[in-house]
Amino acid sequence: MKPVSKVYTALILIFLFAPIIILLVFSFNASKSLSVFSGFSLHWYEELFRDHQTLGAVRNTLILAVSAALISTAMGTAAAVGIYRLRNRYLRVALDTATNIPMINPDIITGISLMLMFVYVGRLFGAATSLNFVTMLIAHVTFCLPYVILQVLPKLQQMDKALPEAAMDLGCTPLRAFFKVEVPEILPGILTGMIMAFTLSLDDFVISYFTAGNGFETLPIRIYDMTKKTVTPKMYALATIIFFVILALLLVSNLMDSETSQDVKDARTKKKERKKAKA
Amino acid sequence: MSRKNTLHAQKGLIQRLVLAPYSVWALLFIIVPLTFVAYYAFTDNNDQFTMRNILRFFNETSSVVKNGETREVRRYLLIFGRSLKLAVISTVICLVAGYPFAYMLARAPARTQSILITIIMIPMWMNFLIRTYAWMTILQDKGVILNFLRTLGLRVDNFHIIGTETAVVIGMVYDYFPYMILPIYSVMAKMDLKLIEAAHDLGCSGAGVLRRVIWPLSLPGVISGINMVLVPSISTFYISQKLGNGMFYLIGDAIEQQYVANDLHFAAAIAFILMVVLLVCMALMQRAANRRAFA
Repeated sequence: MKPVSKVYTALILIFLFAPIIILLVFSFNASKSLSVFSGFSLHWYEELFRDHQTLGAVRNTLILAVSAALISTAMGTAAAVGIYRLRNRYLRVALDTATNIPMINPDIITGISLMLMFVYVGRLFGAATSLNFVTMLIAHVTFCLPYVILQVLPKLQQMDKALPEAAMDLGCTPLRAFFKVEVPEILPGILTGMIMAFTLSLDDFVISYFTAGNGFETLPIRIYDMTKKTVTPKMYALATIIFFVILALLLVSNLMDSETSQDVKDARTKKKERKKAKA
Repeated sequence: MSRKNTLHAQKGLIQRLVLAPYSVWALLFIIVPLTFVAYYAFTDNNDQFTMRNILRFFNETSSVVKNGETREVRRYLLIFGRSLKLAVISTVICLVAGYPFAYMLARAPARTQSILITIIMIPMWMNFLIRTYAWMTILQDKGVILNFLRTLGLRVDNFHIIGTETAVVIGMVYDYFPYMILPIYSVMAKMDLKLIEAAHDLGCSGAGVLRRVIWPLSLPGVISGINMVLVPSISTFYISQKLGNGMFYLIGDAIEQQYVANDLHFAAAIAFILMVVLLVCMALMQRAANRRAFA
């Protein structure tokens, strides 16, 4: 890289990471100040771990994210398989459009639209509160589905069509051929889709905010409530822990992801070949 | 023959079975809820048709004191205009700062690319509430930036960053910047380098190559980057509350406020108008892009 590029990259990285580093540093601050560091302390971490409401929210978030990821992955994979085989053009256009809507629409509109429907249906049944864990789960599955479908569909399109046909010619039933031949081919897409669904659900605030009932609080909603009132460095401790969990997950997935490192190697060998060709 | 027929029937059945749950789900939880936005926007509490909610958006006024004069302004049109202005400013900043970076990234060695992409995505993995909150900490009157200026001996007691439109723009740019870089980068990484070399060989200047080759080829990434920054920043409601100190209501705040106040019909009306405006914007942008691509 040229020196100009290096300076530019450094500036952007400083912009991206300065706020996070400040959070990290002040989470260890002995006093409540947000600009003067008055000594190292784990006080705010102790406070955080004594806060049962926040810990409960962490548990809720995980329950919701795992459920939403599993349901949306199962339904989304089935949908991708169905869409891939679909011959009816109108139905296909209709499904593609429906799939795109949650991705194009702002979160606030997805959230409001689901909330309005839940409230209306709840009113029909005479329920006092119509928002609960189930409505939140429905909302999360809804916004995760398109991402799962868009991960699985390309894998199906890349697959050699002759493979399932060969399996069936050799006596497999279509169902058996699907599980023995197609599923292993599209598995990377399914897994990526599931991880995406999981992280999207973990991270979502806006849609959860509109579809959450009183009894079920997720971490982002808890953070929203905590930041509504006075500023507390307990939040920083929480952010720091989240940051290191994410960092660890990213590192592990990078180490394990032999595919991407293979891509890098491929790119390198190609580059070497090109250099050789030039020489 | 009969075996083939049963297999065929089985195939058809499976296809219907795998597609059925998603089709029903998409209808029930994607399409129907949107009709509920329209339904609520055009009805009152007794389920009677009314234009009141929509008209309220265009007509409701509030008084604003400016330079000692009290003026009546159309409240929600003002909020909508402000949302649009701040979102467009943020999107332009993201594009201007992100485009060269995406280009550099796509030209860097493969290993540098994958490391930098991972690094850029780390803040994206943090919840946007936390990211916004971090900026609130930095920008506030006793925050790091103003304290630093104070230690330099500058008199900044009457100078505030928090509670200004600038602070809101900083928050938007920070929260959505990676969404601009990633789509542009992924288009540029796939770009055929031979086209650029060919343009150079044929005597095109550096700026010419950028304008005539790189920019048009990267346009799909630019469009999706603009969408991915503009849509969330125009509809945000947390950033403006935290960094604008609640002084700058945006359209998302207006919706949220009506939701909290339990005026669902007016909330739906605002959401409906926002949705229509965004759809028109996106359609126009796509058309402009198509025209450029074929010109």
